[in-house]
Amino acid sequence: MSNATTKNQTVHRVSFLDKDSLHIPILKVLQADGTTYEKAVLPLIDEKLAKRVHDTLVFTRVLDERMLGAQRQGRISFYMTCTGEEAAIVGSASALDDGDVILAQYREHAALRYRGFTTEQFMNQLFSNEKDLGKGRQMPIHYGSEALNYQTISSPLGTQIPQATGVAYGLKMKGQRNVAICYFGEGAASEGDFHAGLNMAAVLNAPTIFFCRNNGYAISTPTEEQFAGNGIASRGVGYGMHTIRVDGNDMLAVMAATQQARAFAIENNAPVLIEAMTYRLGAHSSSDDPSGYRSKEEEAKWQQHDPVKRFKLWLLNKGWLTEAEDAALYEKYREEVLAAVKVAEQLPVPHLDELIEDVLDEPTPILKQQLKALKQHVKKYPKSYPKSAGRL
Amino acid sequence: MLHAINEALVIAMEADDKMLVFGEDVGHFGGVFRATSGLQDKFGKSRCFNTPLTEQGIAGFANGLASNGMTPVAEIQFADYIFPAFDQIVNETAKFRYRSGNEFDVGGVTFRTPYGGGIAGGHYHSQSPEAYFTGTPGLKVVIPRNAAQAKGLLLASIRDPNPVIFFEPKRLYRASVGEVPEGDYEIELGKAEVIREGSDITLLAWGAQMEVIEQAADLAKKEGISCEVIDLRTLAPWDIDTVAASVKKTGRLLVSHEAPLTGGFAGEIAATIQQECFLYLESPISRVCGLDTPYPLIHEKEYMPDALKNFEAIKASIKF
Repeated sequence: MSNATTKNQTVHRVSFLDKDSLHIPILKVLQADGTTYEKAVLPLIDEKLAKRVHDTLVFTRVLDERMLGAQRQGRISFYMTCTGEEAAIVGSASALDDGDVILAQYREHAALRYRGFTTEQFMNQLFSNEKDLGKGRQMPIHYGSEALNYQTISSPLGTQIPQATGVAYGLKMKGQRNVAICYFGEGAASEGDFHAGLNMAAVLNAPTIFFCRNNGYAISTPTEEQFAGNGIASRGVGYGMHTIRVDGNDMLAVMAATQQARAFAIENNAPVLIEAMTYRLGAHSSSDDPSGYRSKEEEAKWQQHDPVKRFKLWLLNKGWLTEAEDAALYEKYREEVLAAVKVAEQLPVPHLDELIEDVLDEPTPILKQQLKALKQHVKKYPKSYPKSAGRL
Repeated sequence: MLHAINEALVIAMEADDKMLVFGEDVGHFGGVFRATSGLQDKFGKSRCFNTPLTEQGIAGFANGLASNGMTPVAEIQFADYIFPAFDQIVNETAKFRYRSGNEFDVGGVTFRTPYGGGIAGGHYHSQSPEAYFTGTPGLKVVIPRNAAQAKGLLLASIRDPNPVIFFEPKRLYRASVGEVPEGDYEIELGKAEVIREGSDITLLAWGAQMEVIEQAADLAKKEGISCEVIDLRTLAPWDIDTVAASVKKTGRLLVSHEAPLTGGFAGEIAATIQQECFLYLESPISRVCGLDTPYPLIHEKEYMPDALKNFEAIKASIKF
């Protein structure tokens, strides 16, 4: 059956396909005013789920606002927001089972929150204190939690994509009815790992959800300098994979697509690609200034498509939320985050002994020697190493 | 240093209309560190441009350009992200000439990439991967210590008939603002520079670590120890003669780099110098390097081979 082309029509004169040969519709459920489209099919959602989603959205907005502020004040060294992309992230995360493994890129902390990462846990990572699950080894926002099935963030782009295929294949082999979901941006989809990961998932029948946040920019590079084809979705079809494009600022569309993608992936042991069309309202990171590559007008236009506001309007329409409840939730989280900052920044950093742990399962003899020499050195010059000299 | 690098790129592009500058975000935006600022305005989008986000693509594309007579100067945004391009660089760039019997070469390629720590960058914005490349015959590896050196060495690297990996010490991008000569000049590759003469011990480093060993030399001077300080500048091929001549004079050598001790380039230098200078050595060759861990965040200061660690090693070498 190699190169089976039985379904192919035969032609006898040259005729090229082009990028418009494939028509990719975009799923929209929720309108800007918070009402749903007339014929829209809603996801499975009840008041409890809706409130959990809303709670996550509000927390994430507050966290991003406060921690970007904290970075500006020099209290943390770095920060990344997901502002504008919350519906894509939370909508997809809410469609998962807690046993589904999340492999995120770095802008999906809202999914981690949805899973149950506490305010304190966020702060411990951001301040690299001794309670940070990552032991203070990575820059802020590189969260991870085994308990929550959320693999620790790695800065290199796209590396998580073939890994997700491997995770998913393993889940299948273990007989778990779970998927791996892999988040990445449209920029990371240019990496070779994207091709490797999607092709292997399709060929090896790995129940993976590849979730692309097509947010318009890879740092400064706009999508038109990133790819010339019909978005990321067109590639999924090429790999032989179920594919859908959704309005990434439409919570209900993202939920509907991901719920069905998950069911399909598990029933068929097959991957699915979701391309969520959205916009990175904030800078790439606290080290970036978008005024060098895009206009205020463009940003203002996308502010009109704020996904958090759109979902809130739907909740108000449903009678599942009041303006007063919404405002109170923001207030609650502002206070909670502020209080957590004050606690986390006072905690000591991890002990120096932890510097050599986890390189391998056990420190090597040479590494133990290096630590011993380092400690003697720190003892000799305690003022030069204030973070560790107090506790040797 | 950024300004000096930018100037070198402008000079080289003006002199060679086959030269192209590309990489992630280098176009309109001018790079995340702004090293390529203004180049697209000056030379047009066909000569300075953004690539899609794919380091292996960038390196392969550069190889293709160079194999066909162009002069690609590609930026890898951080040296930590050079690894997707490792196959293209190690198996292709480095072997193009040799495998074809010199029918083809990619000598026109220059890869510029910021390396090194001291900026709270953690694992993935701090690494010093030079030894992966010095262990690959067929590549030149160059690392400047300051702005004036960066300009002259980069111009020489771009024009060298061999592929060059040019590591830029990002910690000094904005910090190194010393005088930079006007106009077009090159600093010869493969030549180390004695930047301070001394008689008791030779201190050898490159890039951002030069600043650190100079501070250590200052501390040692207060104790009456006279240090000879050498900037290696080119790691591949490296200037054995200059280093050996210095060690024959001082009788002692200390080599310092940020990369982990084990497998670092200091080991290669130590092995060669003990061969060349065995009868002149008064103490074991000392290596002051990063720890054998991934580059950490919160314990960055403890990890780094700082001036105090170098100072202690100098004293230990003298007292041996």
